[in-house]
Amino acid sequence: MRRTLFESLVKSPLTEASPGPDDAALAELAANVECAARRRLGRSLSIREIDAGSCNGCELEIHALNNAFYDLERFGLRFVASPRHADVLMVTGPVTKNMREALQRTYDATPDPKWVVAVGDCAADGGIFSASYAVAGGVHAVVPVDLHIRGCPPSPTQLLKGLLALLAQS
Amino acid sequence: MTVSLIDTLFEGLRIEARRPWRRAIVSRDSWKVASTHLAEGRLSLLGLWGDGSTVNMALLDEEPLDIGVLTLACADGRFPSVGAVHPPAIRLERAVRDLYGLEPEGLPDQRPWLDHGRWGVQHPLGAEPSALPAAVKYSFLPAEGESLHQIPVGPVHAGIIEPGHFRFTANGETVVRLEERLGYVHKGIESLMVGADLERGARLAARTSGDSSVAYGLAFAHAAEAALGLQIPPRAAWLRALMAELERLANHFGDFGAVCNDASFSIMHAQTGVLRERTLRAAAAGFGHRLMMDRVVPGGVAADLAPAGAAQVRELLAEIGRVFPRLVELYDNTASLQDRTVTTGILKPALARQFGAGGYVGRASGRAFDARAATAYPPYDSLKFDVPVLDGGDVNARVWIRIREIEQSVGLIEQILAGLPEGPLRIRAEATNACEGLGLAEGFRGDVLAWLRLDGEGRIARCHLRDPSWFQWPLLEAVIEGNIVADFPLCNKSFNCSYSGHDL
Repeated sequence: MRRTLFESLVKSPLTEASPGPDDAALAELAANVECAARRRLGRSLSIREIDAGSCNGCELEIHALNNAFYDLERFGLRFVASPRHADVLMVTGPVTKNMREALQRTYDATPDPKWVVAVGDCAADGGIFSASYAVAGGVHAVVPVDLHIRGCPPSPTQLLKGLLALLAQS
Repeated sequence: MTVSLIDTLFEGLRIEARRPWRRAIVSRDSWKVASTHLAEGRLSLLGLWGDGSTVNMALLDEEPLDIGVLTLACADGRFPSVGAVHPPAIRLERAVRDLYGLEPEGLPDQRPWLDHGRWGVQHPLGAEPSALPAAVKYSFLPAEGESLHQIPVGPVHAGIIEPGHFRFTANGETVVRLEERLGYVHKGIESLMVGADLERGARLAARTSGDSSVAYGLAFAHAAEAALGLQIPPRAAWLRALMAELERLANHFGDFGAVCNDASFSIMHAQTGVLRERTLRAAAAGFGHRLMMDRVVPGGVAADLAPAGAAQVRELLAEIGRVFPRLVELYDNTASLQDRTVTTGILKPALARQFGAGGYVGRASGRAFDARAATAYPPYDSLKFDVPVLDGGDVNARVWIRIREIEQSVGLIEQILAGLPEGPLRIRAEATNACEGLGLAEGFRGDVLAWLRLDGEGRIARCHLRDPSWFQWPLLEAVIEGNIVADFPLCNKSFNCSYSGHDL
C-alpha cells in the first residue's frame, strides 16, 4: 500500500482538464431556466441520481464521473444519497410505469429550488423502449425537465459538459 | 454410446428443431418427469418461458453436456408448476403468469412478480390481454418472533444503482429474513421484440442489461445464427471474444473496487476505477463505443478492431500487469478488509447447484459451469484458459473468482491479439423461412440464454432473454440470513445482480 500511496504523491494526477460547458446545453438552459434561477444554479450543486428504468448503461457512465480522470467533485458537484439533500435530480431511463410513482415521490421529496437533468436517449423520449405497454415515456412525461444530455449512453465527457453548463454563470 | 438423461426425455418424441439443441413437444406427464429430474438435482434449469399458449423449459445436463427444450401446450391455459417441486422456477413461473396469463398449477407463490398493477393491461403477451388489471396489494412474507423490526429499502436506493425493493426483517443487527421485490424496471422488452427485424432485435438485446451489452449481443447472435444455420467468419468470432473479455475486465475491475469500497476501503475503489476507465477507453479506441454496444450483430461484428485500438489494448494489458498484482496483494494483506469479506454471506455449494447459479456466484461455491468452456463456442475452442472454481462461497471467494478471471481474461486477450485471423467481418443474416434457435453466451455475471423464433418474413415471432440474475437474486436472500445489516452492501455487491436484465 505504501508504494501505491507514494506513487500517488509523486506522479502527476490522472485528472484531465475541464472539457468546458456544452453549447447546446447552455442554450437549452437559457431557454428553459429563468435568469434568477440560473444565478442560483451557478454554485456548488448536490445531485441525486435516479434510475427510472434504464438498462444501467447510463449508470455506469455516471459512476465514471467520480473516477480519477473526471473527478466531478473538483467542480463543486457531488452525488448525494437522498433527494432531500439534492439541488439537481439526474434521471435516467425511459420512465417505466412501475417506476413512475417512485420518480414522482422522489421529485416531491426534493426541496425547491430544484432542477431536473434527463440523461440518455431513453430519458429524452423513451428511446428504443418508447412503444412498450410498460413505459410511460421520457422523463418529461412525469416531471418537468430543465436539461437533456443525449447519448446511448452519454460518455462521461458529454455528461461533464452538460453538468458544467449548469454551473456556467450567464 | 452413452445415453444422457435428456436423451431419455426425448425418447420417442418428434424433434421440432435441433438448433443447435433439441426441442420437442411433450405431454404433461413428461413435463412432470422433467420437473422431478430438476427437483432431484439430476438436471439444471436453464430457463422457463411462455410462447403463445405454450410454456417452455430449457434443461441442462452438465456432464456430459447436453441441453434440451421441452414445450408443453397448455390445455385451458394451465400447466403443472415446476416451481412446486423445484424452487428456482418459482419467479420464472410468476413472470410467465404475469405476462401470458398461463396458470402454473400448484405454484406455491400466488403473488404477481413483474406486474405491479400499473401497466393498464393484464397478460400483455398472452392470447387475450385484458384491459382491466386486478388491484394488486403485495404482501411480503411474514417473519414472526419477538423484537423483530422491518427495514424497507428502495426502490430508489442511496447510491447510483438500479431500482428494486428490499424488505429486511432484523433482530437487532442480525438479518432474519430478506425479501426482494423486483420488476420496477420492467420495460416490456419481450413485447418490443415481437415483429422486430434481427437488427432491431439485436439493439434491444444489447440494451437489456447495459453492463452486459456484449454478452447479450452474443447470446442473441448465437440464437439467430443457430436458427439460420450460419457459420460466421473466424475473424468475427475472434473480435467478439475480444469484446467479451474487455467487457468482463471492465466489470470485474468495477466490482472488485466496489466491494472494497463498501468496506470503506476507498483506495482500492480509486485504483480499480482507473483500470476500469482505461479498459473502457481501450474499448472505445478499438471499437468506437465505450460499452461496445451494437458491435456484435447477427452474422458477425459491425466494427473491425481499429489499429490504434489494438495498440491501446496492448498498453492496457501492460498497465494491468504493472498495477493489478499490487492491488491483489493489498487486498490479501489488509486485515481490516479481510475481516469484512471472509466468512461473510456464505452461499452453500448445494444451493448454488440447485439454482444452477452461473458466473462468480456459482464458481465461488463449487459450480464450475462456464458457457465458454462448456459449449466451446468459437474462438474459445481454440484458446487456452482456466475456469477458476472455489468452494468457500463467501464474499471473499466471489472477489477471488473475479481476480482469477481478470488474470484469465488478460491471457485470453493476449492470445486473441496474437492469433487474430484475417478475413471478412460479417455475412448476411436474413431469415427467409420460419425457424428457431437457442443461444448461450458467458457474460461477466454468468450465462445469458437467448431463445429466438422467427416467422417466414425475417421478423421475430418470439424472443426470450434470460439473465443469469434470475438464479442469483434468490440466493442473495439466502446468503444474507444471519449476517448483520451492515454487511448487506458487501453481499449485494459481491453478487452484483442485474435489475434491468432480470426485469426485462
